[in-house]
Formats: sequence, structure tokens, C-alpha cells
Amino acid sequence: MPTSLRDSPGARVGLSIAIATGLYGISFGALSVASGLDIWQTAAMSLLLFSGGSQFAFIGVIAGGGTPVAAASAAALLGIRNAVYGMQLNALLHPQGWRRFAAAHVTIDESLATSTGQSDPLEQKRGFWVAGVGIFVLWNVFTLVGAFAGDALGDPKRWGLDGAAVAAFLGLLWPRLRSREAGAIAVVCALATVVAVPFVPPGIPILVAAVVAAAIGWFGSARAPEGEGLEPDIDPYRGTDSPGHSTRTAGNP
Amino acid sequence: MSLWFWVIVACVVGFLTKLLGYLLPRKWLTNPRVARVAGILTIGLLASLTIANTVATGQQLALDARLGALVAAAIALWLRAPFLLVVIVGAAAAAGLRLLGWP
Repeated sequence: MPTSLRDSPGARVGLSIAIATGLYGISFGALSVASGLDIWQTAAMSLLLFSGGSQFAFIGVIAGGGTPVAAASAAALLGIRNAVYGMQLNALLHPQGWRRFAAAHVTIDESLATSTGQSDPLEQKRGFWVAGVGIFVLWNVFTLVGAFAGDALGDPKRWGLDGAAVAAFLGLLWPRLRSREAGAIAVVCALATVVAVPFVPPGIPILVAAVVAAAIGWFGSARAPEGEGLEPDIDPYRGTDSPGHSTRTAGNP
Repeated sequence: MSLWFWVIVACVVGFLTKLLGYLLPRKWLTNPRVARVAGILTIGLLASLTIANTVATGQQLALDARLGALVAAAIALWLRAPFLLVVIVGAAAAAGLRLLGWP
């Protein structure tokens, strides 16, 4: 029997990440206006582009004196991973009709991670939509708050919001580090990122890590036993210290 | 106006990229190697986003209060704290360390 939405572990994790990520929209709004975009351009980015990495890449290039073309290119490159996320989510959720377009728009790191962090198909759906729509609403609201009140608020770092983002990404990664191989891949990709940072524009180190990860997946698959546990469609919460583990177990006895 | 134009271009390209994932043939997805690559890609990207958010400031590497946030979040996760608490711990660690004079 499916759990009610109230007790849904997918919805709960989705709401948590929505609040954490949505609040971070303050920093985007403030930094975007500071980089030279006006309030409406800033709002359009959160409303229509809606991909934190791509948005930060865009304003990062502009703030660093780059051209709008370079900024759009950086944003597009950083958005490529969303196509992979879309492929995974299409296989998990099978959205039809207009829902496919809505799902595509709220396909981001957090909605994917929330969805694939659940094992029950219903919870995967709930996690995706609660995280995706929740972040969309809050991200846009707090983008405006940040854009209008950025100067008055002062440095978002003072509030530790950059630290909150670090914690959120680690919280999303943590449940996936069940096997030694997963941990090794995380370390290798983190190292590749750190090595790349000084040499390529901001945002690109993440793509370098993606290429490294894809190469490990593509060329390493012959050696690893089938079903090693790296596929996104199996339960990443089982046997870990992850948040939501106890809830999920309680919800699915 | 040129800036507006490229803002819209970025938005359109961003959405079409997302939509492409939903329109690619199903056959691609049932390939176990593709699924494995996608799974590893997720781990790699999350690890990369974590460390990039921790130590990168533009093209500079910096060890600042965000490192404290990472350590505090890891401890909270180790102690099985719920996700939202982990995030709050991360923010509190970064803000607290800055109050103590860390950059």
C-alpha cells in the first residue's frame, strides 16, 4: 500500500532540498544584479533557464568581463548534463503529453538526485515533482528577493549560504557512496575537478569530471560485475547512514 | 539589447537540452552500459559539484569557511542527521567560522 503524501519519504526529501536550494536563489539574484544584468534579466534566467549551474556560469562570465556569447556558451555547456538527467528521468517517470515539457523544465541536479534516491516508483515521481516544482517556485521567489534586496542584505556568505550549498551537494552524494568503487569514483572526479579549476573557466571543471566519470563508466564496465550498484535505478539508501533511510523502510515494511 | 538576446538564447538552448533527454529513443536507455555510465556520471557530477562549491572561487582554489561547512556536513551525515539539518549545519559552520575570522 502506498504511503500518503504526508508520510512520503520522496516528498519529504524533495521539500528539504527545495527549501535549501530555493533559499540559495538569494545569492543568484544578488550576484546576478552585481554582475551587470538588470532585475528582469535576472528574473528571466531563473524563470526560463532554471538551472543553477548554467545561471551562475552565465553571470560569472559576464562579471569577469566575458561577452554575452561566451556567457551563453558556458551556460549551454554546463546544461548538457541535464540531457543525461532527462534520459534517466524519462526512463524512471515516463511523463506523457504536457507533463513531458514540464518535467523537462524542472529537470535539474536536485530533482534528479531526489528521484533516483528513492526506490519505489511512486516515491521517485513524488520526489522529482516536489523537488523540481518546489525549487522552481522558491528559486524564482528568492531570486527576486536577492535581486531587489541584495545590496541591503550584504554578502550572502555572511549567512553561510555557500556553506549550505556545499552541505546540500554532499548530502545528495552521500547515499550513493555505498560501494568502494562509488567512493573511488567520487574521489577521482573530485580530484579531476580541483586539478582543472585553475586552468579552465568556471563551470568547466564540472564537465571535465563528467568526462572522467563517463570514461570510467564506459571503459570500466567490462571489468565490473553486472549490477554492481552504480545504476541509478536501484535503492541508494539501503544499508547506508543516509537521510530518509529509516523513513523509507518504515514506509515500505 | 544584445545582452537580452543572449540571455534568451541561453534559456532556449537550456530548455531544449533538457527536452532532448526526454525525446531520445528508449532503446538507448535499456543498454546496461548507458545506464552504468549514467549512474557513474551522477556520482562524478555530485562529487565534482561538492568539491567545486567547496574550494573554487572563479579559477582560484581557496581553503576558506566552506571547507568547514564540508567537514561539518560530513560529520552530520555520519551521525545520520536528516538532510535539512545537514544543510543548516553547513550554513552555520560557514557563517560561524567567518564570525571567528576565517575568510
